[in-house]
Amino acid sequence: MSGRSRILRWAIPLAVVPVLVLLAYGFRTDPREIPSPLVGKPASPFKLTAYDGKPLSLEALRGQVVILNFWASWCYPACYEEAPSLERAWKTYKDRGLVMVGVNYQDKDEPARRFLAQFGHTFPNAPDPGSRVSVDYGVYGVPETYFIDKKGRVRFKRVGPVSDEMLKEQIERLLAEAA
Amino acid sequence: MSRLLALAALAALLAAAPAALAAGPAGGPAATSGTAPAGTKTPVSEDTVHDVAAQLRCVVCQSLSVADSPSETAHEMKGIIRERLAAGESPEQVRAYFVEKYGNWILLSPPRQGFNLLVWVVPFAGLGLGLVLVLLVVRRWSRRPVPTQAPPMDPAMRARIRREMVEREP
Repeated sequence: MSGRSRILRWAIPLAVVPVLVLLAYGFRTDPREIPSPLVGKPASPFKLTAYDGKPLSLEALRGQVVILNFWASWCYPACYEEAPSLERAWKTYKDRGLVMVGVNYQDKDEPARRFLAQFGHTFPNAPDPGSRVSVDYGVYGVPETYFIDKKGRVRFKRVGPVSDEMLKEQIERLLAEAA
Repeated sequence: MSRLLALAALAALLAAAPAALAAGPAGGPAATSGTAPAGTKTPVSEDTVHDVAAQLRCVVCQSLSVADSPSETAHEMKGIIRERLAAGESPEQVRAYFVEKYGNWILLSPPRQGFNLLVWVVPFAGLGLGLVLVLLVVRRWSRRPVPTQAPPMDPAMRARIRREMVEREP
């Protein structure tokens, strides 16, 4: 009698342990944080037409460090927070081999242009009709920023607004690499 | 003991049956709205678009499929699915394209491998374990001798009860 029942008496409370371990693991991970499978892979080529009518393609930018920023005028406050930092980084590094491209995500033309005017963006920005480029880059919300190295590989992805420090750190690192 | 083992095996078998059923393709209601874009090479049925969309998570809403979400993102993802199917890709290739870009996260039902296997195995393992536990407990209950008669009462106690009852009577 007592042999098996002693095991059972312990087995029931012990069964809680794996459940607790699983919960501890589950609650520590952020369900909103999605690791991008694209980091380390070649960046998808794209061809877009900028708001100023000029063509924009990744192919033409090979050999340069490219920052691809996905944004929208309705993305308040995150996109509004990072916009001045992006412009500042562009002005600081454009003569040192940095290219910054803004891709507008699911927006209307008029508010998007107003956003660009409000922040006085001087780097090229383009709408993304049908979200094709956004899906190619695995964008699931704005703002998202991709750092592409001189060899054309995605090296870092930032979900959420970028800061001056983060831009500086990533840009300096990628600019220092050999083409 | 061997009878017990046989019962446990039966329980495991019963638990595995729904898993086998669940492995089949998930059917969904057919979509009727939407038209294929002009200039497509392969004719694309909206059913196929819906089938692929139903397996993908809408990236902005997380808990809805691309097929069920009314969001603009989902609408544009459906457009991309339609376009890729029209270009001659198979539904599996379209699915693989989204997995390549977003990772397995985009799939509403996680692939049955690695850590994700837990999701598929644990419910059935738990069910089997529960059945075995219930069997064990039921067996023990049915084995316990039923008391046929009350144990004999101490004559002194009997006398005391009788006395107290008489005392309390009005």
